[in-house]
Amino acid sequence: MSIITYIIVSIIKIVLVVFVLLTAVAYAVLMERKVVGHMQNRWGPSRVGPFGIWQPLADGLKFIFKEDLTPPYVYKPLYLLAPIISVTMALTSIAVIPFGPWISAGGVQTPLQIADVNIGLLIVLGITSIGVYGIALAGWSSNSKYSLLGSLRATAQMVSYELALGLSLIGVLILAGSFSLRAIVDAQSGTWFGFIPKWFIFQGQIVAFFIYIIAAYAETNRIPFDLSEAETELVAGYHTEYSSMKFAMFFMAEYANMITVACLASVLFLGGWSGPVFGPPILRSLLPVLWFALRVFIFIFIYIWVRGTLPRFRYDQLMAFGWKFLLPLAIANIIVTSLVVALR
Amino acid sequence: MVPLSYYLVLSAILFACGVVGFLIKRNIITIFMSIELMLNAVNLTFVAFAAELRALSGHVFVFFVMVVAAAEAAVGLAIIISVFRTRETLNVDRVNLLKL
Amino acid sequence: MHLVLFLIFGALCVGAAINLLVQKHPINSALSLIVVMGSLALLYLLLGAEFVAAVQVIVYAGAVMVLFVFVIMLLNAGEEEVLPHTSRVAVTLGIPGLIVGLAIGVWVIAHYAGLDRVNIGGPTVSNGTESFGAPSFVARLLFRDFLLPFEVTSILILVAILGAVVLARREE
Repeated sequence: MSIITYIIVSIIKIVLVVFVLLTAVAYAVLMERKVVGHMQNRWGPSRVGPFGIWQPLADGLKFIFKEDLTPPYVYKPLYLLAPIISVTMALTSIAVIPFGPWISAGGVQTPLQIADVNIGLLIVLGITSIGVYGIALAGWSSNSKYSLLGSLRATAQMVSYELALGLSLIGVLILAGSFSLRAIVDAQSGTWFGFIPKWFIFQGQIVAFFIYIIAAYAETNRIPFDLSEAETELVAGYHTEYSSMKFAMFFMAEYANMITVACLASVLFLGGWSGPVFGPPILRSLLPVLWFALRVFIFIFIYIWVRGTLPRFRYDQLMAFGWKFLLPLAIANIIVTSLVVALR
Repeated sequence: MVPLSYYLVLSAILFACGVVGFLIKRNIITIFMSIELMLNAVNLTFVAFAAELRALSGHVFVFFVMVVAAAEAAVGLAIIISVFRTRETLNVDRVNLLKL
Repeated sequence: MHLVLFLIFGALCVGAAINLLVQKHPINSALSLIVVMGSLALLYLLLGAEFVAAVQVIVYAGAVMVLFVFVIMLLNAGEEEVLPHTSRVAVTLGIPGLIVGLAIGVWVIAHYAGLDRVNIGGPTVSNGTESFGAPSFVARLLFRDFLLPFEVTSILILVAILGAVVLARREE
């Protein structure tokens, strides 16, 4: 297709994906509050609209109208840069994640993905690595001891669990043979015996799946790994000195990271968008996206479920767990997977 | 298209910036960063020649240079931390006595 | 088109490198170095080296520089003090002089070697589905022809890890 068509289609896709992602972030916050509330035997937000549906709108308005206080003792350039880095990286890594198969609309064939690069997985890992700077610079520029301590801990934690995260994905790569996320999903198509789907989680990557989930909880600073932003420990960790819109950016970045991790897990381990498709062509194009969204929704529910259930790790337990248990386990997973593939 | 010499000149400029930083800066961490800058300039030369000669061994060598640079950064920063613990300064001009 | 992109990212690279020299606080120098590494990754993409570009972002900009930033934060490195016996004339004249001199020297040598008539960054020849710098080709070289250096570098990393852990340990 011509370059103009490509640009227009890409812009439409970008606008759609960003819109859906931001709405999903807002409603993931609501979902978390309601689910955790119900786990604690209380209603979550339920006043603003039926079942609290308009709560994210109210929260957004509150953030806009709150006073944007910049303490005088912070190091201004980095103080302003840190939430920008966090939220930019969180929103950018959605660009290589495929949501569905190729569709044709109005005579134009296009994949349901903003950019299908053949090193897609490496790009997601790279963007996650850069996202660490948002937290590091936020704590340092705030010039306060709680922030510095929280951000040092969070940075060390994220860097340590990045290793286990990356290594757990290598088993998937060995089975799929490509870094491109669309190729990885295509390698999981089909079924055995007609009803067991050939997802990588059933092809032997169950250990890698659990390593990935645990490392992803640590990467997104969620319970049980949220020592660096725990209220009882460090006031609020690296975002103590932030208020209003800048705090909202950190908040959004955390939930957008959660959604990205959930999308990645469904693409890599749960077969992407595979599921029964039927009906007229318009339904055939949209049903895979629905199956994908269902998997992402289940993932985020598990995230919130774990948050409501588990206590948090102490910092030395956290680091020992990442280096002494998850990393050797991920390496063992690579060894076993490559042996099985080589002997096949 | 971009002539190869443009990439080589860019690499030379970056390397010169690294050398200058190594010579004039007094903070030990900045000196280390200038070393990393020099290594990156060399990486650019490798990749440019690999693209021109269509030889992928340039990329492999870049990979090795990155590994060595990472290892050197890790050990160097560990040395800086242990020097800082005793001398309480990061200025290389002040680390001039063998025994405190 | 390639020329325009090269000029933009090259200028970003050089600007960030000069910013590294000019800044007094090491955290600003570290951030400038991250910008240098990012723009170098983009230049590698222009040269068709996609695997190397990804590794540059993941390893250099995302791990090594995090280490630098972490140490700067940990040691609370302050602003640099300029000691009195630094000659300001030598610094002000010498820096641009060295940079320009080296750039001119390299250009002259490249011109006489005919390298400014060679063009790179054009459409890279692809092998059907994979392009020039694809991970599969680099991996084939790395794990077959360069297997011994690969294993040696893994031992090097092991030694570096041990060294870093021992050196940074607090004396109990």
